[in-house]
Amino acid sequence: MQTPAPFQYERATSVDGAIAALVAHDGDARIIAGGHSLIPMMKLRLASPEHLIDINDLEHELAYIAERDGEIRIGALTRHVDLLGSDLLARHYPLFADAEEVIADPVVRNRGTIGGSLCQADAAEDLSAVCAAVKARVVIRGRDGERTVSMEDFHVGPYQTAVGDDEILTEVRLPLRSGAGSAHFKTERRAGDWAIAAASAAVWIEGGTIADAGVALSAVGTTTIHLARAEELLRGAAPSDELFAQAAQIASEDCSPSADARGPVDYKRHLASVMTRRALRRASARALAMEA
Amino acid sequence: MQVTLTINGREVSRDVEPRQLLVHFIRDTPGLTGTHWGCDTSNCGACVVLMDGTPIKSCTTLAAMCVGHEIATVESLEVDGELDPIQQGFHEMHALHCGFCTPGMLMTTRALLNENPRPTDQEIRTAISGAICRCTGYQNIVAAVRWAAEHEAAFQQEI
Repeated sequence: MQTPAPFQYERATSVDGAIAALVAHDGDARIIAGGHSLIPMMKLRLASPEHLIDINDLEHELAYIAERDGEIRIGALTRHVDLLGSDLLARHYPLFADAEEVIADPVVRNRGTIGGSLCQADAAEDLSAVCAAVKARVVIRGRDGERTVSMEDFHVGPYQTAVGDDEILTEVRLPLRSGAGSAHFKTERRAGDWAIAAASAAVWIEGGTIADAGVALSAVGTTTIHLARAEELLRGAAPSDELFAQAAQIASEDCSPSADARGPVDYKRHLASVMTRRALRRASARALAMEA
Repeated sequence: MQVTLTINGREVSRDVEPRQLLVHFIRDTPGLTGTHWGCDTSNCGACVVLMDGTPIKSCTTLAAMCVGHEIATVESLEVDGELDPIQQGFHEMHALHCGFCTPGMLMTTRALLNENPRPTDQEIRTAISGAICRCTGYQNIVAAVRWAAEHEAAFQQEI
């Protein structure tokens, strides 16, 4: 039987209350939402917090997908099932639905949340790459107020984020810019598995030129891979298959996969390249309002 | 901690450790052993129950997290000796062999039909993609869900 080590459990009644509890426990407490990353980690003793602070009652504060001030704002407690079904996201950032269709399975998606996925910061997790590609910013709240950080600054290391012991991720903000197109491609061994490799791409096309681009990879390194070199190549260029092939070449060079049961290194580099090319091609086609 | 859950419409209360998983609370306290404890890693779906009508994996949910919510297990399907159409469908179409996955399959597909009374085969397959049957009986499971959907539609027309 797999059971977590003993801990104390409490339910938060507000975000500020959850932060106060984190502060009071001084580094020994963890936030639990869907629990589909944390509970398995606790069963395996990879995490043994002494206190769990359950934020599932905070849907009124933390579960929403809304358009405001030129951004899409997603509350941290928004569940995968709601990201998958969101018309607002489908219209502006269809890569969310691409990814959500292949994240775990529908029953897990009923519980897991975007905040939990991002804070788990598992390199194989899809939403971290999705948020990196669309240049999301995340809002982190602590007792002294809020700060907003980019995904580059959010990802600190394997399973490590910029969220401090006494802070909570409250919101994900996606910029709304014209000419956006985006896509996520993933290869997995079987339905619901972690990726062997996955790529997220976003392009913003203005007047036939890529004004800006975001590309990120899952599962081919110890952290989510931000492909800065590919983004630089794409910026200012006209979208073309040759260009995307060059960006895909960078993906295979700039990732750092390990050999494991999911495949050897050369295969994963190859997949990173293929997934990147496909994601860019579809993102570009969507930006040009033509489904690939 | 004292945990009081509403399971199949009945309040069940017990002093448990906060780390007790929902699947064990359900099986131990009211003795409802229909909910199966399978892979323990949220992969197999044998432990699926409904929380406020939504299917969840009870091996990856703490019992304490379910206080204030309605839990429904496979035992809630049959009422006064009448099988739920989804149970009848599994019977008619021979959709089980060893039966280990069946409680999770039934609750997962019951929830599907509540949301979507006429699912396509693809929608059925997607819905059960988090439920593993190692007797390789998916074909008959899909047929059973289709049977239930068709018979529920016919029943709705009668009334």
